Amino acid sequence: MTAALSLGDRPQLRRGVRVSTDPLSQAPILLFPEGVLFLNETAAAVIRHCDGSRTVAHMVQAIDEIYDGVAVGDVLSLVADLVAQRLMVVDRG
Amino acid sequence: MGLLAELTYRCPLHCPYCSNPVTVPDTAELALPEWLRVLEQARQLGVLQLHLSGGEPLIRPDLAVLVTRARELGFYVNLVTSGVGLDESRARELADAGIDHVQLSLQDADRAAGDNTAGARVFDRKMTAAAVITALGLPLTINVVLHRTNIGHIAAIADLAAALAADRLELAHTQYYGWALLNRSALLPTPEQVVAAEQAVARARALHGGTMEIVYVVADYYEPYPKPCMHGWGRRHIIIAPDGRALPCPAAAQIVGLGIDNVTERSLGEIWYLSPSFTRFRGDEWMSEPCRSCPRKAIDFGGCRCQAFALTGDAARADPICQLSPDHHLIDSAVSSATPRSLRFRSNPASS
Repeated sequence: MTAALSLGDRPQLRRGVRVSTDPLSQAPILLFPEGVLFLNETAAAVIRHCDGSRTVAHMVQAIDEIYDGVAVGDVLSLVADLVAQRLMVVDRG
Repeated sequence: MGLLAELTYRCPLHCPYCSNPVTVPDTAELALPEWLRVLEQARQLGVLQLHLSGGEPLIRPDLAVLVTRARELGFYVNLVTSGVGLDESRARELADAGIDHVQLSLQDADRAAGDNTAGARVFDRKMTAAAVITALGLPLTINVVLHRTNIGHIAAIADLAAALAADRLELAHTQYYGWALLNRSALLPTPEQVVAAEQAVARARALHGGTMEIVYVVADYYEPYPKPCMHGWGRRHIIIAPDGRALPCPAAAQIVGLGIDNVTERSLGEIWYLSPSFTRFRGDEWMSEPCRSCPRKAIDFGGCRCQAFALTGDAARADPICQLSPDHHLIDSAVSSATPRSLRFRSNPASS
């Protein structure tokens, strides 16, 4: 249905999906209608950079400055996973 | 964890499949300060999702105050509404207060059929509500309860939901509690209708799936195994009835002798960990055969306690939906004896 992601794509969270914090564990979470996804810090950082204006390439660069050794493939697969779960939408580059 | 706040049993609609109790207790609704305290206690327990429901939650004039506080506390706030009363100024007030998502009920694909099922002239007001919600940029889910009368209209319902710019469409078969159980014979679809509905859902997904998620909640009466009701008793969900009774499932109040506690008398944390109503069916110690030795008990938790009670009089038995249940014949006979007949519309508590 959807083509593979590319580095020029600009992803952002779907309407009604937002990043929050679990009050018990303080872990970053994604909240959306009828659901919750617990995130690790790197995934949360990636998602926070998905603002619909930055491309995947820009995000990888920005995140790499915070967390060493972020693999492009990991970012792409996280974003693709969130798109498949209908939590994220992508503006094609 | 999720908290379903039933703010009132009052409702302008009379849907014959309503899961509210047929006889509502003559007790006062919780006042705003009590709800605010419940929200704080729920947050301390780790609740993330707050569903504001009823009845019709818009009947409460203090709804926006609740929403504001809920967002301050960090909840994801979901409004479950008939749309009646959601004009532009009310919707803006709630959007400003921080509503995250709106679930709008729809009874059928057109005005005549929809109003007929709702027992009230509300279809046009729902159309207005949908337009107002999306114009404010709020995400919209259209909720439709499926039954014998509307199950053949899935294509038209999906077209309408797409035209209303819904983000999600939830097509959920009737759950037979409260008014729905009373009307079961008239509401149960035929097995042929259920098969056709599954095909219609697949076609609607092919047509609209790119822009709208379509969630289909199966008809448990036609399934071989029960639903994982509430993802297990006292595991993920708390329901607060309008008068403050804390329940593990919306239909749990009907279970006689459960030992239900009220948030006006005990804290939510105490109730969650200690109330017999929450501990009674938590885990699997309470199970007897065929559930006790069944590998599926980790999947469906023995099904629904309220359904077991409603159909057998014993909440600790296996859900009769299960083909392994000794009571499964109750389901077979309900399905085979279902016939079109007149519906009993929900009567509503007097407005206070």
